[in-house]
Amino acid sequence: MLGGYMGKGLRVNLTSCTTSTFDIPEDWARRFLGGRGFAAKILYDELDPSTEPLSPENKLVVATGPLSGLFLPGSGKLTFACKSPATGGYADSNVGGHLGPEIKYAGYDVIIVEGKADTPAVLVIEDDRVSIRDGSRYWGLGALATEKALKDDLGEAFQCAVIGPAGENLVKFACISHDFGRQAGRCGVGAVMGSKNLKAIAVSGTRAIPLAKPKEALEKGKQMYLSCFSKPGFYDWTPYGTAGVTDWVNEVGSFPTKNFHTGYFEHHSQINGQALKERILVTDKGCFGCPIPCGKYSRTRWQGREVMVEGPEYETIAMLGGNCCLESIEDVAYANYVCDELGLDTISAGNVVAFAMECYEKGLLTKEEVNREIRFGDLDSVVFLLSEIAARSGIGALLAEGVKVAAERIGKGSERFAIHVKGLEVSGYEPRYAPAMLLAYMTADIGAHHNRAWAITYDVAVGRDSLEGKAEKVIELQHIRPLFDALGLCRLQWVEIGFELHHYGEIFPLVTGIDYGWEDLIRASERIWNLTRLFNIKHITGFGRKYDSAPARFLEEPMPSGPVEGKLTGAKSAEQLLDRYYQLRGWSPDGVPTKQKLAELDLLEESAAC
Amino acid sequence: MRLSKRDELCSGCKSCILVCSMENFLKADPTLAALRIKAHFPVPGKYEVVLCDQCGECEKACPTGAIYADGEAYRVKPEECIACMACIEACPKGAIWFNQALGAPVKCVLCGECVRYCPRQAIVDETGEVKWGGEQAC
Repeated sequence: MLGGYMGKGLRVNLTSCTTSTFDIPEDWARRFLGGRGFAAKILYDELDPSTEPLSPENKLVVATGPLSGLFLPGSGKLTFACKSPATGGYADSNVGGHLGPEIKYAGYDVIIVEGKADTPAVLVIEDDRVSIRDGSRYWGLGALATEKALKDDLGEAFQCAVIGPAGENLVKFACISHDFGRQAGRCGVGAVMGSKNLKAIAVSGTRAIPLAKPKEALEKGKQMYLSCFSKPGFYDWTPYGTAGVTDWVNEVGSFPTKNFHTGYFEHHSQINGQALKERILVTDKGCFGCPIPCGKYSRTRWQGREVMVEGPEYETIAMLGGNCCLESIEDVAYANYVCDELGLDTISAGNVVAFAMECYEKGLLTKEEVNREIRFGDLDSVVFLLSEIAARSGIGALLAEGVKVAAERIGKGSERFAIHVKGLEVSGYEPRYAPAMLLAYMTADIGAHHNRAWAITYDVAVGRDSLEGKAEKVIELQHIRPLFDALGLCRLQWVEIGFELHHYGEIFPLVTGIDYGWEDLIRASERIWNLTRLFNIKHITGFGRKYDSAPARFLEEPMPSGPVEGKLTGAKSAEQLLDRYYQLRGWSPDGVPTKQKLAELDLLEESAAC
Repeated sequence: MRLSKRDELCSGCKSCILVCSMENFLKADPTLAALRIKAHFPVPGKYEVVLCDQCGECEKACPTGAIYADGEAYRVKPEECIACMACIEACPKGAIWFNQALGAPVKCVLCGECVRYCPRQAIVDETGEVKWGGEQAC
């Protein structure tokens, strides 16, 4: 038996109220590693292309990685995956906290949730005791309140994944929440969970994770921690966490501001990491195994009401702060709290709310349609819209579909400033004068998300006018960054404090017994990337190059203000980048993996079903 | 060695728990760890390290002599444990846990690894004998 893996998957059918287990094939471990690799394999094999994302036929895959739950830095990540309500293609979203390790301690690498419960349900897992219980008493509760109630009812030992009202009401950007403030935020994974009438998953485990070479794995784990402790970033980065990048993104003119109208927010010093630390921070809150906790647990107040919230993280600061023009960290934190309780992804939510505000400003949405005035910079407007969206009431019914669908229905040119790729709202980096970042958003498998290739630092480092080497860099990052999601790890030790990548190649064989080094892991990551591409081709009619596009605002409107005023990479350069990207990937000019590439990646068996 | 904790520094990452179970049992199994982290969320929003201070109450309570003093630490002889739970009930800190697989309690033996590898220095050795790993790493 391989180390690092529990060797078992749990299959839960909510329609028939049955559960079963299956053995994890060793071939999966060797070819797809775990986490998003297992999720992609399962969804690719098991979902028919006709599957509607919010139907009982869709499956919610919860997948751990072979390195999660172990003594090594950042070993707390977990993947939720499904067919995407946002794009109709492949979706995965990862969450930190403590749930991934707990699922492994309970004895599983993967949980596959199928079907739909007749009435609200909660899945409770205690080692091999699995039950589908009545969840009616939690239905309608906020995500934070639900998690508290579950812990009160089941015990503190349980780690929980829950949805809020937004997930229940099938909002296309509803998240899955865990540990009072961490979320699998993207792609509407919470809507898929809601479509199954599944309010929560609660897990408690008491088993050991097997290890191929325990003594060596322990020594390597110790070396990895000590290496983290020795990095200057260990001391400089941790006090502010992800919020610490706010100033830098502003300085380079890429901070999403006023629905991505521009890339510079003049009030950035009021919503940055320093403001967070000095004004609202209560405690640092780390994920499992994390030496550099980005989680900042905070206290804020609005209209006399005091609330606790984890965050805001950088993405939330960008999307609810700059993009909705909220001018204080207290306001951003309150909007963050509202999203967390309602179960909304703060990235898409900030994007959708800003889109609605721009529509209102331009007269494309009226006071009668919205049922009140709304304006940028007004927390009351933000809270109102978030609440309407989560309840799908009033204008919220339209906005709950995300900016792509909302713009299609509103029309009148609003498509130009509906900021999405493939149907997923763009996250916190304004890429119109950052060619690598633009390409990263255009080609990310789940739609516009920075976590596949945070390439903007490369643009700034090597020059933003040049296209040279940009496609190469994006591909390199698209293999490295999602590899962490396959292994069950957090990438921030590497990204933020310069922890060296070779460590992961060194500990993998000690844990698993699979004789892989770093290059083998990267090759597996490339295989997974091509498999999610095949998923999109299989599931989206006519999928190809035209889906790897960017919003008109990014391609046609020079930056109107800030440090890079007047600058634009432009549509022609974007097409050149795409040509180069496909060529390097071994894909056709329409973005389809060639047979030769699929053979090289040992994916011919899978491609036969495409 | 004399362990003490600084709860306000703890960020709940449980690195201490994993290194404890690995160091003492070579297993990635939090139920084998001789310390715990309690998370008090959503309010007031703080962590609490549950740690043995070697007060010896468990040794006094044990009716079979399965817990004995060994230098600065009290240790368990699993083969002499009768699973009466007297030590668990007697511990004023709640820092000794019965483990079903071992058939005996797990308690801190002062290996010091939690001090070395807690990224936050939330667990310290008051005597200075064992230092945080970051000091040697720097």
